[in-house]
Amino acid sequence: MSDTHAETAFIRTEMLGPQLPPVTERGVVKWLRENLFAGWTNTALTLVALFVVFWLVQLALPWWLNGVWNATSLGECRTIAGPEGGACWAVIKARWHQYIFGFYPQDMYWRPIVAFGLMFVALAPVLYYGLRSGARLVGVVAVLTVVSLAALDHDIGHVVLAAVVMAGLFALAWVAPKRLVYVTLLYPFLAFWLLWGGSIWKPVATLAGFGVMVLVYRLIQPRLGVVMGTATGFITACLYWLFVQGSVTAALAGVPPELVPVNSDQFGGFLLAFVIGVTAISCSLPIGILLALGRRSDMLLIKTLSVGFIEFIRGVPLITMLFTASLLLQYFLPPRTNFDLILRVVILVTLFAAAYIAEVIRGGLAALPRGQYEAADALGLDYWQAQRLIIMPQALKISIPGIVSTFIGLFKDTTLVSFVGLLDPLRGVTQIVRADINWKGIYWEPYIFVGVIFFLICFGMSRYSMYLEQKLKTDHR
Amino acid sequence: MAMASEAPKDGFRLSMLIYDTRFRSFTIQVIVLLLVLMGIAWLVDNTVQNLAAKDKDINFGFLWNRAGYDIEQQLIPYTNDSTHGRAAIIGLLNTLVVAFWGCIFATVLGVFAGVLRLSKNWLVARLMTVYVEAFRNVPLLLWIIVVFVVTSETAPQPKDFKVTAEMVQTGAEPPAQKILFGTVAITNRGWNIPAPLVERPLGVVNVGSVPVNLTLLAVIAAIVGSVLVNRAILRRARRIQEETGDRPTTWWQSLLVLFAPTILLLLALGFHIEVPAFPTDETGVSKGFNFQGGILVMHSFSALLIALSLYTGAFIAEAVRGGVLAISRGQTEAAYALGLRPGRTMKLIILPQALRVIIPPLISQYLNLTKNTSLGIAVSYLDLRGTLGGITLNQTGRELECMLLMMLIYLTISLIISSLMNVFNSAVKLKER
Repeated sequence: MSDTHAETAFIRTEMLGPQLPPVTERGVVKWLRENLFAGWTNTALTLVALFVVFWLVQLALPWWLNGVWNATSLGECRTIAGPEGGACWAVIKARWHQYIFGFYPQDMYWRPIVAFGLMFVALAPVLYYGLRSGARLVGVVAVLTVVSLAALDHDIGHVVLAAVVMAGLFALAWVAPKRLVYVTLLYPFLAFWLLWGGSIWKPVATLAGFGVMVLVYRLIQPRLGVVMGTATGFITACLYWLFVQGSVTAALAGVPPELVPVNSDQFGGFLLAFVIGVTAISCSLPIGILLALGRRSDMLLIKTLSVGFIEFIRGVPLITMLFTASLLLQYFLPPRTNFDLILRVVILVTLFAAAYIAEVIRGGLAALPRGQYEAADALGLDYWQAQRLIIMPQALKISIPGIVSTFIGLFKDTTLVSFVGLLDPLRGVTQIVRADINWKGIYWEPYIFVGVIFFLICFGMSRYSMYLEQKLKTDHR
Repeated sequence: MAMASEAPKDGFRLSMLIYDTRFRSFTIQVIVLLLVLMGIAWLVDNTVQNLAAKDKDINFGFLWNRAGYDIEQQLIPYTNDSTHGRAAIIGLLNTLVVAFWGCIFATVLGVFAGVLRLSKNWLVARLMTVYVEAFRNVPLLLWIIVVFVVTSETAPQPKDFKVTAEMVQTGAEPPAQKILFGTVAITNRGWNIPAPLVERPLGVVNVGSVPVNLTLLAVIAAIVGSVLVNRAILRRARRIQEETGDRPTTWWQSLLVLFAPTILLLLALGFHIEVPAFPTDETGVSKGFNFQGGILVMHSFSALLIALSLYTGAFIAEAVRGGVLAISRGQTEAAYALGLRPGRTMKLIILPQALRVIIPPLISQYLNLTKNTSLGIAVSYLDLRGTLGGITLNQTGRELECMLLMMLIYLTISLIISSLMNVFNSAVKLKER
């Protein structure tokens, strides 16, 4: 071989380097050719799309850029913006606190802010159980809470208190992330106390009811089993709430600490949307799971009741349920009971969402192979153990996208409460703003503001569900 | 297994009701039944007491009393002298008409957006993503209110469309123009759209108190008849193709059968389209105060319809996209291996399979749209909730009866839609062994 080499007049001793692809097959040109101008139809589509984009931009961009931030009325805005026109963001600047807090007393804004910050602390163990990301979330939330308090609240005491509490929680989240679950369990009562005010002993006495339930369960369960334990515990707790709690609360009425009470009709804006949305979301999931299990139960009566409930709720619009809450509940409850409208709405919205959640979870349960149920039976697990350890973890994982989209729908539906007289951010507050003589005739700006906030929240939720799906993916496809 | 399920011999003990799995479910059901019955009894007792305290009874007689309020949009005749029952029916029809057109528009929009979102064209796919995400993540109520407020508050008054004598002389245009080649005028009152009219109508027959338009019936009958005949022609063509291998040419027969009868009928009836316009004198100067002719569609209806279609369209687009993506790539590759072109692959291989995946979510979107028509309350659209659950309820003060009746009607509509679509679903779904 080497001889032939020597005799040949010319031969290359090393490989040529690869040549660049032709100009049309690389870089930007290739991308453009493949993605925008591949064939006649594609080019036409691109041109149409470009035209649409251009038209939208030239319509909206000058208006957007020419926005006025400092004015006291729409007329002043128009004078400042001049003949070419511009957005009047001054209305948001003037009324943002109503959009966020409704008519909540201004000097008590620290309470909803702290409650909102603590909500994320309570959510941390749910979102990132036992992970350092949870601690990072708590840290970010702590900083944001303290900063916004410092910006909004002139009482330095509140800021320091919040900073100390948040620092403590961050330390807890860093050292023992799993212990944060206790904050989650306590959060509903704490948030109730912070938002509505009054004596702290009222939520504490309610919380004691759960303590009674757990105590009775612990006593009964080893002797009579899970079902009897739960049932007895539940009944005892109900008896406690009905007959004992009132006198406990009354006895502790004047004992500090106490916050200035705030009435439900002062709630509004995104504060109201969050109160209703978060409560309904966290309560509807367990109820939905129970309904889904009931619908797949072997027991005819339980199955019939679940199917009837689910199909009834899914067959009527949410508005009719809300009107039921505001008009009909007074007929169904004992005479002279009159409880809070927000609470009534929350109950009905929860039941509504639970029916949809139940259907989503039923889909997840149906998607599980029969072998999983049989394997659980073969291991000798009883019904609840099988559900808790084998079935539910898988079924819930399959149903995550459906569950989250139900939650998103629920959060969007909180705007409907304006029809029963509550002050939701979209219609309630905007109506008040648009009725003001200074801002009469304004329409794009408030709706864009509310729409963008809703978009950020809902889009965030759907992105989180994608992250969760990815994280929990166990197959190797 | 046989050993385990054998009953113990030593008789029945009371504790077996809890511990023995054979009896436990029975025990639980009895307890639940008792609890449910107690709960119902409690509710009924409360209701009876409350009704007695307010000196009311449960009585649907108010449905036959005079309603006394006007409804702007009515598909069957109604005056404020009609009964509450008839007002409720008008409301129901208004609900159904929005739901019907909404489903059609949303489906067209959704399929269009869903397919375009899968397009290889980067820009178009991004645009459709923006559309879908913007509408899915913002409350429907916001879209309804925005469309309503923007169309009704920015649209010009009818008088702005008038041509004055001065304008005729100087050749100037009036301040507001009709859109879509001068056929549709958007004013602050509503949309003036062209009306289809016939010169020689077949008349109207009253069935009970509901008038039936014979002309419309005749046109519908002609269309349905020609579609049926066309299907018979295609069936025959397929039979011949299967027997002999040659497919007879059918396109001109189909065209003729599909269009000729309807066109002939319309010609015979003297069909024409009446464009809304101001009456003018001989020089071209407009007279009067408002548009003559055409149909006035109120903003409440159009805003509700537009917002519902756009919103539900975004969800349907996601369902369509999901359905197409659910078909495995192997199907496409197999079709290419058989030598099918991309267009035919889509039509013959992908879409028929994707349709099965798409239909169940589509059903639930149609149901959602129908239930969401009740948001018409935000723009004072008098649908079922606005008449029976709104004005009638407030006038008569019969909350219990009105709400129960309204829920029952919504429930019935939902059940009818879902059962119809389920029949369709079982017709197209994969026939397995």
